[in-house]
Amino acid sequence: MSIWEYANPKRFMEVSGRLLPPVAALAVLTAGTGLVWGFFLTPDDFRQGSTVKIVFVHVPAAMMAINAWVMMLVASLIWLIRRHHVSALAARAAAPVGLTFTLIGLATGALWGQPMWGTWWEWDPRLTSFLILALFYMGYIALWQAVENPDTAADLTAVLCLVGTVFAVISRYALLFWNQGLHQGASLSVAPGERMDAAFRHPLYLCMVGFALVFVALLLVRTRTEIRARRLHALLQRERMA
Amino acid sequence: MRAVFLRDLAIAVRAGGGAGLALAFFLIVVVLLPLGIGPDTGALARVAPGLLWVAALLACLLSLDRIFALDAEDGSLDLIATAPVPMEGVVAAKAAAHWVVTGLPLTLAAPALGVLLNLPGPAYGWLAASLALGTPALSAIGAFGAALTVGLKRGGLLLSLLVLPMYVPTLLFGALAVVRGAAGLDAATPLLLLAGITLGSAAVLPVAAAAAIRINLR
Repeated sequence: MSIWEYANPKRFMEVSGRLLPPVAALAVLTAGTGLVWGFFLTPDDFRQGSTVKIVFVHVPAAMMAINAWVMMLVASLIWLIRRHHVSALAARAAAPVGLTFTLIGLATGALWGQPMWGTWWEWDPRLTSFLILALFYMGYIALWQAVENPDTAADLTAVLCLVGTVFAVISRYALLFWNQGLHQGASLSVAPGERMDAAFRHPLYLCMVGFALVFVALLLVRTRTEIRARRLHALLQRERMA
Repeated sequence: MRAVFLRDLAIAVRAGGGAGLALAFFLIVVVLLPLGIGPDTGALARVAPGLLWVAALLACLLSLDRIFALDAEDGSLDLIATAPVPMEGVVAAKAAAHWVVTGLPLTLAAPALGVLLNLPGPAYGWLAASLALGTPALSAIGAFGAALTVGLKRGGLLLSLLVLPMYVPTLLFGALAVVRGAAGLDAATPLLLLAGITLGSAAVLPVAAAAAIRINLR
């Protein structure tokens, strides 16, 4: 018994079909509870007022935007090394979800920046590198859609994901030479005096878990759809041959 | 490898090869942008470093699809792939040829165009140095993008979407070196980092590009 057994599409469909309902329910529960707690049951910040509550969407979305890319990187590596089709399809399924999280992070950041910094957009290293991350997501998705042969597309996008990761990381740190921004450093610093108050921290943790579960649930749904689409494609081709 | 390099150069230089096109495009962009920005020389001097670098980048982008597309169309890429030369070497030779045809002329022409944009005096040396160090990275990254899209019929727009985000660090350090040079500051640090990106790209990307070509030829 090893984890690679789930790389078999049939095994994966069985297990993911059983996992999906509880994961989805848990995702709705945690994300819903976290957001309601964060939006309605926390006090207003003494300086930022109620705009501080954007943090409960902004931080988890930003976290998942990066984690989704890391997940795609791992899945691409597994595909390149072990040639498991489910892995390639999971990477493909994750990309639009990751792009959506990136755009949510950018949009909520703009909504927050307007009242707090007085500007919708600032060419800050963090903001700019997120914009660049969105471009990498778009290029990755576009390459998947452009190549017709699914195995070729999986190989090419996996190589792109590897190389893109290197350049995204270099860009992130290169931008620090270019402009010192408005965005604060770590949001969840544990250093004394910088740590967020427990009243905000606990619902935030819950939201982060909730968003991660939402990602897993969406990933399962989308991977299952990709597998079904691939089967349908194979069936249609076989029929055309016959 | 040398044969591939010389062959690509010969094809580019001959009639219809389009060797001068990138340079002409560079010139046109540099002429058009002040028309959009306005003739104020002070404003132009301030944006000149970034403008010249972005124009060089776009001019380089324009000719990328020629690196592999023509060879893939007439089948010579398959022949090269079966030749007893590693594909990595072929990619490196082709990227080098692309640089000689686009990056090198751009580097040589950029100071002249800097005059058009009223680039401050101390910046010229840094402009030439940063382009000389940075454009090889543009060719290497571009060769990787071209290798990814070589099997596609309409890969042009996709190629720019794939390649341009990867140009960010090169553009950033290149333009930063010129900006610092224009302000009379020492620009050695961004220049060194730029050289690092170029060397890293030249070392790693031919391998990735060769992998992409092998996948596309499968």
